[in-house]
Amino acid sequence: MNWLFYISGLIAVIATVMVITRSQVVHGLLYLVVSLFAVAMVFLSLGAAFAAALEIIVYAGAIMVLFIFVIMLLNPGAEDFDHATKLFAVRVWILPGILSAILFVELLMVLAKGVPAGLHSAAVNPKDVGLSLFGPYLLGVELASLLLLAGLVGAYHLGGRRFEQGENL
Amino acid sequence: MATVPMEHGLILAATLFALGLVGLLSRRNIIFMLMCVEIMLNAAALAFVTGGARWGHADGQIMIIFILTMAAAEVSVGLALILRLYNSLKTMNSDAVSGMRG
Amino acid sequence: MYKTLWLVPALPMLGFLILVFARLTKNQVAMVGVGSVALSTMVAAAIGWSFIASPPVGSTYVQPLWSWVDTGAFQAVMGLRLDSLSLLMILVVTFVGFLIHLYSTEYMAGDPGYARFFAYMNLFMASMLTLVLADNLVFLYIGWEGVGLCSFLLIGFWYSERKNARAAMKAFLITRIGDTAFAVGLFLLYFHFGTLNIQSILDAAPAILPAGSMLAWIAPALLLGGAVGKSAQTPLQTWLPDAMAGPTPVSALIHAATMVTAGVYLIARTHTLFTGAPWVQFAVAVIGAVTLLIAATSALTQRDLKRALAYSTISQIGYMFLALGVGAWSAAMFHFATHAFFKALLFLAAGAIINAAHHEQDMFKMGGLYKKIPFIFWVFFIGAACLAAIPFVTSGFYSKDAILQMVWSSSKGGLILWLCGVVGAFITAVYSFRMVLLVFFGKPQTQTAYRPGPAVKIALGVLAFFSLGFGYIQLPEIIANVQFFSHFLERTLPAFWGSVPNHAVEWALLIFVSLVTIAGVGVAARVYYQEPALPARLLENRYAAAIHNFWEEGWGFDAFYTRFIVNPFLWLVRINSGDVVNVLYWLIEFLSERINILLSHTQTGKTRTYAAVMVGGAVITIGLLVLL
Repeated sequence: MNWLFYISGLIAVIATVMVITRSQVVHGLLYLVVSLFAVAMVFLSLGAAFAAALEIIVYAGAIMVLFIFVIMLLNPGAEDFDHATKLFAVRVWILPGILSAILFVELLMVLAKGVPAGLHSAAVNPKDVGLSLFGPYLLGVELASLLLLAGLVGAYHLGGRRFEQGENL
Repeated sequence: MATVPMEHGLILAATLFALGLVGLLSRRNIIFMLMCVEIMLNAAALAFVTGGARWGHADGQIMIIFILTMAAAEVSVGLALILRLYNSLKTMNSDAVSGMRG
Repeated sequence: MYKTLWLVPALPMLGFLILVFARLTKNQVAMVGVGSVALSTMVAAAIGWSFIASPPVGSTYVQPLWSWVDTGAFQAVMGLRLDSLSLLMILVVTFVGFLIHLYSTEYMAGDPGYARFFAYMNLFMASMLTLVLADNLVFLYIGWEGVGLCSFLLIGFWYSERKNARAAMKAFLITRIGDTAFAVGLFLLYFHFGTLNIQSILDAAPAILPAGSMLAWIAPALLLGGAVGKSAQTPLQTWLPDAMAGPTPVSALIHAATMVTAGVYLIARTHTLFTGAPWVQFAVAVIGAVTLLIAATSALTQRDLKRALAYSTISQIGYMFLALGVGAWSAAMFHFATHAFFKALLFLAAGAIINAAHHEQDMFKMGGLYKKIPFIFWVFFIGAACLAAIPFVTSGFYSKDAILQMVWSSSKGGLILWLCGVVGAFITAVYSFRMVLLVFFGKPQTQTAYRPGPAVKIALGVLAFFSLGFGYIQLPEIIANVQFFSHFLERTLPAFWGSVPNHAVEWALLIFVSLVTIAGVGVAARVYYQEPALPARLLENRYAAAIHNFWEEGWGFDAFYTRFIVNPFLWLVRINSGDVVNVLYWLIEFLSERINILLSHTQTGKTRTYAAVMVGGAVITIGLLVLL
């Protein structure tokens, strides 16, 4: 399934480039969904079927829907300051581009220094994942649940309507 | 089954991470910044899965679950903050929120 | 019966707590303040009775209270120890304390700080009783500091006057010098003995502190430092005359009868340490002898009635130290007991006199009060007679005679120390009757309508009775074989080991001292009664006036300390008012402020900048990883 990996990877990269260059938020978001689907395909090609399913359900499904809700609530189309200040001006992109390029090259160099890795062996099925999730990683699961609870409480608190009168941020 | 070299998977992860970083640093729209953060988290998840697949361990996928959990918590709080920000400042420009300037 | 021992210090403590936390009317305050001490006195008396009737095993009863610190090697079990020495102390302290409390109900009646006064007094009683009953030195030290605190609070009782606050501070600071030595001594003892239980230390002392070793004299010397500070002995005596700024009952209770004798008690309590260090014990005797002379001459020249009494207290404690120094333990404690009675009597009577003289304390401005307040005259006269040790009728005579006899016959005493004591006795007789004659005779200079009330009369009457009668429980062997007191104390303290006295020598000493005393009274009568102009004429002589001033200023100790300790210290303080060390801290502050200003520029408030800087950091870190 080599071809699945390379095609999905290419799509993911192209979609991600599209994400970061859009001026409309909704367009960017749709490309992000495409990018996430492509990454899910990559997972599948690497033999991680469970991760691929989670990627689609939670990331592309739940989290992206959350983004869309917020965008709908805010209706930010009225103001597009990125467009007004020349979205594609060199001045805006040059420094982040250089920084990221250096980081990318460094990561590649780290890879190149590593031991040659050889090829994949067997796929990891969901049963194994489940077994270790509720075996050795039980504490991690509990912590993750606490984190989610904290996120829930935080979002409820911040999203509530009681600050709106005379708020000063 | 799959015979992709591990390096290729990691290179893809690094590429996605770098792209997300560029976006984070260059965009001023705060929703775009949040999306770029998601891209970077996703790239990290990809690196984990690649590693896990290489050694046939379930640990890589377990990390995905933790990353998803974290991303969900982060996004929920982040979006709630964006709502508050937009309600009070009527802007999505992250540079406009510089009241903590030293 | 012994099980109730803890009530003796606990009852005044309870009284203190009630007085502090409850809002009471004046009568209730008096009830609580006096009642707690009265109950404590009754408990002490009952315990004393059963102690004499059916003594506990080994004449010692130990009541463990609780374990204060228990950390493996270090254990401090708080316990009370009852033996004949501590029993004597609690009997005298509670009884005299009770009478003084009773007196205070009337004396302090008009004072706005009535409840505060009794609260402090009860706290003092609790601390003092803790001090004497403690079975280990930590507990004793707590009581020791407690009485120091109460002394401070009560000297500065009328704190709105600057002078009183200064006197309180002075007393506190000077006793602190001694207390520091005491504390260091405690650490040293604990380091070598591994315990602070008094009995364990005394038992182990000969083994752990071999005679002649360095440690054997350092430890008792440090304890002696504490005793010297608390008991106002030379060279730390200067605080006591100033301590008279407090109310008169305070002077009677704390600065005459009880607290200032804590040093005597401490030395008697730890006597084994002192007998193991002959030079330190000799130092005790010398300090006592020197102090009694300095203080007696100072008392002779004071104009202020209370200051004269304060100096006489120092002088009498000097006698006790002298006795301790020659190993006459029971004589020292006997003098402590008689002194507690007659000095409390004198102070309380002086309080009444000062009231009668419209708060005038200068004896030369009194005079002729004999007819106006005859009751006060008689009790003051009895007190002065005891102080002067008028032969055969006063307790002071028997206790002082016991001390001088033993100084003469002890191998550690000797002629010089004895002579100091005899000269002191002469001066004591002179200044005692000088006080009586100046205050009560001569030309009346004040009018008074003061009449002592029942509380004052009862307190003074009982004290006068004991001042006269207490001496008869311990008479010299040559007069009658009545030695209750020394037999009683010898259950705890070693007996006096001086050479077996020859009766003829003993009679000779007794009669000689009696004659000296009577001569002193005669001199006082001649100078201050028959020829009232004589003192003034004497002072016309330049040298006599110089000596007089020197004595009046307490032999210049205060001036010396002011000049060589206080002023240099103040000078240091002044030149360091900019605080050299503070400049260092100021530099730190300045630097961090600068750095803060620099770094605050990096706080742009822009999220993207922060992210970029983070990425920069990551780039550098990973770059180092790759390149190295």
